[in-house]
Amino acid sequence: MNIDRRNMLRSLLAVAVTLAFPRILFAARADKAFEATTADEAIAELLGAVPTESDKVHMKIPDIAENGAVVPVTVSTDLEDVESISVVVDNNPTPLAASFAMSPKMVPVVSVRIKMGQSSNVRAIVKAGGNLYSTSKEVKVTIGGCGG
Amino acid sequence: MGKPIKIRAKLKGDIAEVKALLPHNMESGMRRDPDSGELVAAHYITDVTVEHNGEQVMVAYWGTAVSKNPYVAFSIKGAASGDVIRISWIDNMSDSSETEITLK
Repeated sequence: MNIDRRNMLRSLLAVAVTLAFPRILFAARADKAFEATTADEAIAELLGAVPTESDKVHMKIPDIAENGAVVPVTVSTDLEDVESISVVVDNNPTPLAASFAMSPKMVPVVSVRIKMGQSSNVRAIVKAGGNLYSTSKEVKVTIGGCGG
Repeated sequence: MGKPIKIRAKLKGDIAEVKALLPHNMESGMRRDPDSGELVAAHYITDVTVEHNGEQVMVAYWGTAVSKNPYVAFSIKGAASGDVIRISWIDNMSDSSETEITLK
């Protein structure tokens, strides 16, 4: 095979590989954060700093959850440049429940349903403009939801 | 291959409001089988990726505390009729599923 043809094939392969793998926009899953057994550890592992309480982070979650296996939560914020929204359940065996990494194309709102093992403080943490903001609420659980 | 995802999307102006239901047992690994008494192995979705016209706009990382048959809702800016929203997930046992919807 002559040099020109080999170079062309090499270029085509490079283009094909680039197109085959989508651009990775977000950091990989922080497994250690999901394994952490305290809320502070989980937040430190995931976000690397301590959030400041902010009235610009809103969390809609029931005051009393009848069924701890399915607790609906919606987090929204007035903050700009939102990079992620995370939900932490302090008294769960592994407090970090979910983290949503968002591009600027997302409206900074997310709804999800979580399991709560027992009554607990639940925190929503927003990373915006490089800083961390949070809000929290005490949620009473009548029937715990981690064991099923 | 995991079960198909159910997606509903509504266009409000240029915002696509998306609601998705991802059928999955989401076993935390803490539940005991009622008959055998054995712990049921953890089997849960770990990563969910959302794409808008082929561009990644959100990645959700989940732990064992996301409820069974996860429901998730979110909104994407700058959407228009004809746009494609694609949701895919992978779990800790490497099962996966993906579905896409075209906005009307």
